[in-house]
Amino acid sequence: MKPAPFGYADPRTLAEALEVLGREGEGAKVLAGGQSLLPLLSMRLAAPTTLVDINRVAGLDSIESGPDGVRVGALVRHARLLDDAAAAGVQPLLARATASVAHPAIRNRGTTVGSIAHADPSGEMTAVLALTGGSVTVATPAGRSAVGWQDFFVGPLETSVHGPAVVVDAFFPALAQRSGTAFAELSRRRGDYAVCGAGAVVTLDADRRVSAARTAYISVGLVPQVHDLTEAVAGRPVDTVDWAAAGALARTLVDPDTDLHASADYRRLLVGVLTERTLAAAALEATGRTP
Amino acid sequence: MRNRAMGQVDQERTVSAVVNGTPREFTVPARRLLSDALRHDLGLTGTHVGCEHGVCGACTVLLDGVPVRSCLVLAVQVQGAAVTTVEGLARSDHQGGEVLHPVQEAFRECHALQCGFCTPGFLMTIAAGLEARDPAQPVTDDEVEDMVGGNLCRCTGYANIKKAVHHAAATIREATR
Amino acid sequence: MTTKLFGEPVRRREDGRLITGRGRYLDDIGHDALAVAFVRSPHAHARVTDIDVDAALDVEGLVAVYTYEDLLGPMAEPLPVLIPHPQLTAPRTGYPLVRDVVHHMGEAVVMVVATDRYVAEDACDRITVSYEQLPVVVGVDAAREARHAVHEDVPDNVAARHHQETGDVEAALAASAHTLAFTQYIERSACMPMEGKGVHAAWDPADSSLRVYTSTQASTSVRAAIAAKLQLSLEKVEVVAPDVGGGFGVKIVHPWPEELLVPMAAIALQRPVKWTEDRREHFISSAHERQQRQEIRVGYDDDGRLTALDVRIWHDNGAYTPYGIIVPIVTATQLVGPYVVPTYRVRVDSVYTNTVIVTPYRGAGRPQGCYAMERTMDRIAQERGLDRAEVRARNLIQPDQFPYDHHLTFQDGRPVIYDSGDYPGLLDKLTALVGWSGVEERRAEATARGKLLGIGMAMYVEGTGPGPYEGGHVQVLGSGKVLVSTGLTSQGQGHETAFAQIVAHELGVPIEDVEVTTGDTRRFGYAVGTFASRAAVMSGNAIALAARGVKEKALRIAGEALEVDPSDLEIDEGLVQVKGTPGISIPLRTVAVLSNPLRYAFDEAAKQATQFAGPGDDSKPPVAAGDAPGLEHVDYYSPVRSTFASGAHAAVVEIDTLTWEIDVVQYAVVHDCGTIVNPMIVEGQVHGGVAQGVGGALYERMAYDADGQLQNASFMDFLMPYASEVPDIDIDHQQTPSPLNPLGLKGAGEAGVIPGTAAIASAIEDATGRRIAAMPISPTELYDLVRDDAAGRVAPRRTGAMA
Repeated sequence: MKPAPFGYADPRTLAEALEVLGREGEGAKVLAGGQSLLPLLSMRLAAPTTLVDINRVAGLDSIESGPDGVRVGALVRHARLLDDAAAAGVQPLLARATASVAHPAIRNRGTTVGSIAHADPSGEMTAVLALTGGSVTVATPAGRSAVGWQDFFVGPLETSVHGPAVVVDAFFPALAQRSGTAFAELSRRRGDYAVCGAGAVVTLDADRRVSAARTAYISVGLVPQVHDLTEAVAGRPVDTVDWAAAGALARTLVDPDTDLHASADYRRLLVGVLTERTLAAAALEATGRTP
Repeated sequence: MRNRAMGQVDQERTVSAVVNGTPREFTVPARRLLSDALRHDLGLTGTHVGCEHGVCGACTVLLDGVPVRSCLVLAVQVQGAAVTTVEGLARSDHQGGEVLHPVQEAFRECHALQCGFCTPGFLMTIAAGLEARDPAQPVTDDEVEDMVGGNLCRCTGYANIKKAVHHAAATIREATR
Repeated sequence: MTTKLFGEPVRRREDGRLITGRGRYLDDIGHDALAVAFVRSPHAHARVTDIDVDAALDVEGLVAVYTYEDLLGPMAEPLPVLIPHPQLTAPRTGYPLVRDVVHHMGEAVVMVVATDRYVAEDACDRITVSYEQLPVVVGVDAAREARHAVHEDVPDNVAARHHQETGDVEAALAASAHTLAFTQYIERSACMPMEGKGVHAAWDPADSSLRVYTSTQASTSVRAAIAAKLQLSLEKVEVVAPDVGGGFGVKIVHPWPEELLVPMAAIALQRPVKWTEDRREHFISSAHERQQRQEIRVGYDDDGRLTALDVRIWHDNGAYTPYGIIVPIVTATQLVGPYVVPTYRVRVDSVYTNTVIVTPYRGAGRPQGCYAMERTMDRIAQERGLDRAEVRARNLIQPDQFPYDHHLTFQDGRPVIYDSGDYPGLLDKLTALVGWSGVEERRAEATARGKLLGIGMAMYVEGTGPGPYEGGHVQVLGSGKVLVSTGLTSQGQGHETAFAQIVAHELGVPIEDVEVTTGDTRRFGYAVGTFASRAAVMSGNAIALAARGVKEKALRIAGEALEVDPSDLEIDEGLVQVKGTPGISIPLRTVAVLSNPLRYAFDEAAKQATQFAGPGDDSKPPVAAGDAPGLEHVDYYSPVRSTFASGAHAAVVEIDTLTWEIDVVQYAVVHDCGTIVNPMIVEGQVHGGVAQGVGGALYERMAYDADGQLQNASFMDFLMPYASEVPDIDIDHQQTPSPLNPLGLKGAGEAGVIPGTAAIASAIEDATGRRIAAMPISPTELYDLVRDDAAGRVAPRRTGAMA
């Protein structure tokens, strides 16, 4: 289990990185945290001709939290995002989901944006990007453009980004007023990829009635999807709402797969359970944020 | 790093890094894993390789003070960085001997190792974990489980490893009192 | 008085090097060695039609490529059948490199030697092997159906039919007041030590000798195998087990193909050569264990007492049988456990499948046997409406029944005669430790939290310390240092510490003066190996006997020097002294000097032993007839039969009724391994075993698909427990010393793992009321079970005060 040979470049600027990626062509791959890529290299399941290590590219390591949302640079490690109080204040889902990413040593090195760009449907942050209605900024030699999450995720481990390009940041919109979030996942062993995970956002109206309830799941389906469950709970006062109805609805909306660790049926069961749990928790938070 | 042409692609690099407090320079192919460079290029065989896919934690070292899996880092990436391995965990007593880190002492005291293969990874992870917390506060069971939860051990069943973390935390708390 | 050491939790002497990164494991040796990688079969069953290595030849750094065609003499023959048995009628073993047909995914087809492992893998990538695929057999059921054959010349896939019986079981069943019959399954796991296998070989052309380091549990036997296969004289081969990063059984198998191929290449290339197994290789080309189908028929009386037991087992032995039928025999004979079984018949068909070989993994067939017997006890309890503990109590062998003869033949070819034990004592301690009688209150409390709580127990008797023998060498040097060596190897069990405790205790020396070496054929050439919980029993006793021999000689020499009767002397803290008379003494190190009459002095101490040093008895030779120079002794311990340790475990599980997650919330162990040398080490062994037991019950499984592809050959998908998955363990001890050996020891290494699957299955069944007849079980499987109306339900549970 040793990587096949490759060339290595560690550019200092984004322009330089894009230039190398363009020059090296199809076989070139961007290396950020490497926590998903390196196992693939060692198992020789991936054999890029060139790795373009962006860890020394200036200006990609900031977390910018503002009233509109949180912009997370490509070199921000999970561990840093987890500890960023300002980011958690603007969009609480970030810290909540990041806490479920693998184990601390992986979070110390792996990047949030890298895990999104890896587009693994069992990656926590793909679901969070979707659920928050986020986007990524893709830099190409032609310039930068924002790509919404719907347009970004194409399939498992596949995004719409091709050719010389670097995902330079991910933007997670702020949590709306009178809203709350929750995140939960079940895994066989603590720290494993989830058998099933769920993130939830609940928004109340001024009378503390549910006005919106949305969820997104991990390890369920080929690409992240957001499910609007509002119809099952809309208009109910938050303290009497039957979240099980939302769970039941969610179960009918998802199309999970069977793998070594769980059957599709079992995943569907968990979708119901986690939907109920996370919506209830999110509603509780929303209540606290509703004057 | 030396001056190099913009975006130069290399098959091999000469890397300078501070390893266990000592500046070291080594030339490696780009694909060399940090775990292999430490073990085979620098002769620091205390870092062990258990899975080479980042799950077992045996190869955990500190990169600029933070625990990382050395099988998930390329050796060329540590240019200019500080790397600490298990060989650098004890400190010198300035009389030719060494003073063990409290977590090393605790592992011996609590029988927290059997075959010893996973041990360096645990030691580095726990040492950093204890370093990162307020030593005045007693360590909780949850904290301990978090700290050791990403490392596999096949011998001990973890009971004594968890005990050793409590033991080391208590030692550190006493020392800082 | 010497500090008491025997029986104390002495801190381990191994740890100093292991916690500072100074351990020396296989891959830490020989950084300049050439590296080996293998092209391994991607298919489970296929004929090799062509091997094209041309594209690899221009890889820079490639040194050599070997295929079967390059193997000469004995190397071209099949690997040995290590443990032949008359009932192993169709033994099959592979070749060091595949000759024509691959029988499991992962078999080595081509060996590549290169300047480093990266380059070796590059070359492997460029070698093209062409295969003609053959039908694949996976799982015991497919093997016994035998629609396809794993080995062309074994059409029924049966390697062995093992059969033992103690009476007419059909008649006994017919005469039984009650009978029941059921079928159950247990799946594959694996030892999975954190360090894989590895071999380093260096040939010294100056004296035509070979030194091999290998991560093994049996260095002396590897040495013999290498000498035989490479046609070397035994004294030209040295084999050393360095620090070994865990074994659990997989490293007792030998010679692994690599243990022969790497030395072969080192000799051919006249350069040191090393192979370090990577994790994927370990999954697909080492060994697994545990899959069985068990069909059980049992007869019992109104009180739930056994009258007859008939067990039919199909045991998956994988593609080859290098380790014979040890695992089936162990299952067959250990199944009876602590119980009186008036009439017993067991038949095990050991069958071939196109999967990795099955050889002992900690427990080595015992977990399966325990699973069969203990689940039988649970069924009888349910059928009779009795408490599960009570049914067990009624069937236990009583303390006054020892030695107890089961009239079976054990894995060492010796009778299964239990030497000592107190099984009712174990059960009493267990029910107290786990709070068996208070479980209904806990169940109610858990129900209120939305959890199903269940409790289960399992008891076992474990034959440990089988022969044929081990030896020990103890030598006192003139410096006072005491060298101890034994041939068997260590993989983390703390032998250096336990053996040092024994020697310090027996000889009366400070433990700091004792240095222990294991598994190094340069130091001790005769040994069997480390398996079957035998190291403490076998080498511990051999070393004790050797130390006693040294002591006897030391007292004799000191008696002469001090002019006192040796029987008036004692040794304490390294000083030989007259009992009760302080002041008349001689240091043991001086006795060591005197034991070796010298002509030449090389230091001050040696002067005392030279020929003009003092008056001697001119009428006697300096070394008496029958005596030997030096203060040392070699002795061997060879038991008449195995000694039988025992124990009882209980597990309490909580099951989430929404997610069907299974949480082991309490785990209790009562353990009896006779006299204990070091309780800290014994508890550590129990902890580790229990973790593997929990892993085997709830997490670990080798997932082969129908094509024989191992789908989870990584730590990502083969779920070994992390700290978060292992419960806290409460341990109580009982000590019934073995009357068979001088120290009263019984083995402790494997015990912890044996009852895990049985106890946890019982607890899940108790919690859910659903029949658990296949283990391991995961939440997704439990969910399938609880919503399957056709699945078996068990009678209302009864757990409470013992009747």
